[in-house]
Amino acid sequence: MTGDVVVSRSLRNRLAMILTGGAAVLAIVLFLVVRAYAAQIAQQGQDNILNASVSSILDAAVLRDGEVELDFPYAALSMLSTDADDRVFYAVYEDGALLSGYDGLDTQDDEAFRSMNYDGSTVRIATATRTLVGANVPRRVTVSVAQTQDALSGTLNRISTNVAVFGAGFFALATVLSFWATSTTIGQLRRLTTSVTRRGPQDLSPFTKPVPTEMGPLVGSLNNLMFRLDQSLKQSEEFIAEAAHRVRTPLATVRSYAEATFQRVENTENRDALRSMMRAIDESSRAAGQLLDHAMVTFRAENLDRIDVDLNDLLRDLVQRMTPVADMRDVDFILDAAAPAHLHGDPILLQNAFRNLIDNALKYAPADSIVTVRVQTAPDLSVSVTDQGKGFPPSEINKLADRFVRGSDTDGQIGSGLGLTIARDVAAAHGGALILSNRSEGGACATLQF
Amino acid sequence: MKYLLVEDNQELARAICSRMSLDGHLVDHAALISEAVEYASVGEYDLILLDIMLPDGDGRSFLKQHRAGKNNTPVIVLTARSQVSDRISMLDLGADDYVTKPFDHAELQARCRAVLRRNAGTAQSTIRMGDVEFDPVGGHLTVKGKVIDLRNRELRLLELLMNARGQVFSKHKLVDRLFSYDDDVSENAVEVYVGRLRKHLEGSSVQIKTLRGLGYRLDHDG
Repeated sequence: MTGDVVVSRSLRNRLAMILTGGAAVLAIVLFLVVRAYAAQIAQQGQDNILNASVSSILDAAVLRDGEVELDFPYAALSMLSTDADDRVFYAVYEDGALLSGYDGLDTQDDEAFRSMNYDGSTVRIATATRTLVGANVPRRVTVSVAQTQDALSGTLNRISTNVAVFGAGFFALATVLSFWATSTTIGQLRRLTTSVTRRGPQDLSPFTKPVPTEMGPLVGSLNNLMFRLDQSLKQSEEFIAEAAHRVRTPLATVRSYAEATFQRVENTENRDALRSMMRAIDESSRAAGQLLDHAMVTFRAENLDRIDVDLNDLLRDLVQRMTPVADMRDVDFILDAAAPAHLHGDPILLQNAFRNLIDNALKYAPADSIVTVRVQTAPDLSVSVTDQGKGFPPSEINKLADRFVRGSDTDGQIGSGLGLTIARDVAAAHGGALILSNRSEGGACATLQF
Repeated sequence: MKYLLVEDNQELARAICSRMSLDGHLVDHAALISEAVEYASVGEYDLILLDIMLPDGDGRSFLKQHRAGKNNTPVIVLTARSQVSDRISMLDLGADDYVTKPFDHAELQARCRAVLRRNAGTAQSTIRMGDVEFDPVGGHLTVKGKVIDLRNRELRLLELLMNARGQVFSKHKLVDRLFSYDDDVSENAVEVYVGRLRKHLEGSSVQIKTLRGLGYRLDHDG
């Protein structure tokens, strides 16, 4: 049986990839969102303090004698002190003209808060305007307070690090979880696969163990397929048996009639015709039988039904059963089996193989000769069948066990060319070999060595 | 010997019966299991030839029934199946042997003989002629108290001659009966076996006479 399957990427890897990829994206998004939120909150804190500072400075501005007077409240600047020693800049404008403080912080728009680059650092500026109403004209006093963002970015970095660590942890945990989930899911599939592969080729019973819902349809189809396979195997087995019966019964009738007629007919021509007829019948029935046997051997060899076989018993039984055929030609059997010989094997196959070897020996043995069946246990377990015929043709001895190959000097003996093939296949299925040789004193020797 | 043949194919049955009677056996034919049961319960048979696939059931069920009824008549199964496992199961059910269709009648005869010999004791069928005693089932010849084991072809030749004593058998008729149609033998081969039998029968009252140009005949003095 071949197991050629077109394999795409592993389901497990794909699932793991999707899950860990998803976790990675989630971790990055989490990092970005938390960081942005933290930055926003930190900025709000700074803005509030800047705003308070600006308000307290503005509050200090008064109009005295038409002049803007500002008694700078130092608390307005000290409230801005930070651990990171951020620098603070301020500017007070009167109607747009710098009154006091650092130049360059002026604002054209009316934004309350903005960020800009000042003196090589990024600063946050809060600006507020107050209109002082005096004797004649109102005066617009604008105050801007700027602060560098060292403390803020320090805080943000700390938060970012924490969030990154948290995100990485989340990613690691999610990865572990995804592998666990994948393994659990794939495990179900793997269990099903194992129970399918562990079955022998003859086990076509349906799966009865519970499977996950998603696998239900697959297992259902599998069961259905196996049911149909089982049915069709049974049908073809029955068909073969039935076909054999249908073919062999009329052949038997024809053969019996031919034989009965053969006994009565005197005319040489008619006798020759009847002889060819019987030959043809024997050829066809033998070929059919051997083909079926060969099919059965091939089928069983894939899945040996091994038990402990006593070779001596098996051969004794076989020899007894073949004796009437041997008697017809006055051929005697010698069964040479001294030591107990046990083999862990398939008795039906072994019997079939030995029967073919003995059949062959009987066919080619001359009348009044001896066919020896010898069981040896040392050095290896072997069974040899020896006749006193003229032996295998030496030039073809290596090819004789091939399918449908028959020796060139078979003297018109009926055969299918499958007997030795069957013996060889059975030996191979049991880890042995078929060895053909000719004895020096004449006669063929076929040995099954295990 | 008295045989019961259970076979639903009429043509085949007729052919087997005619060939069996040629060998000097009596054959009753049953085409159904029910008939076979009836025959077996009435007649005393030496051997039953049983087909497996019959119209009113499986021959194996007859076999089971037959064995369960403590009936010891040996059974040879005629099967058209050739699967080895099938054969084994038939032997397990109590058949004494099996023959696969289509079969060589000589093989069927040989198997019948072997089964009968294994079951000897139930059937004693010694043929006596003058001072010679011949047991075709056991395969031995007793000449003046001396027991001689016969080879298969000697036995078949003697059986032929004894069953039709006084009748002349041509050489080629004997070749047909002793050898398979496929054996490439000349008619002279018969002389070898006649010679062997003559040697066994030496000094007895039974002789094989040669009738020049006609064949052989078994005679006995007195």
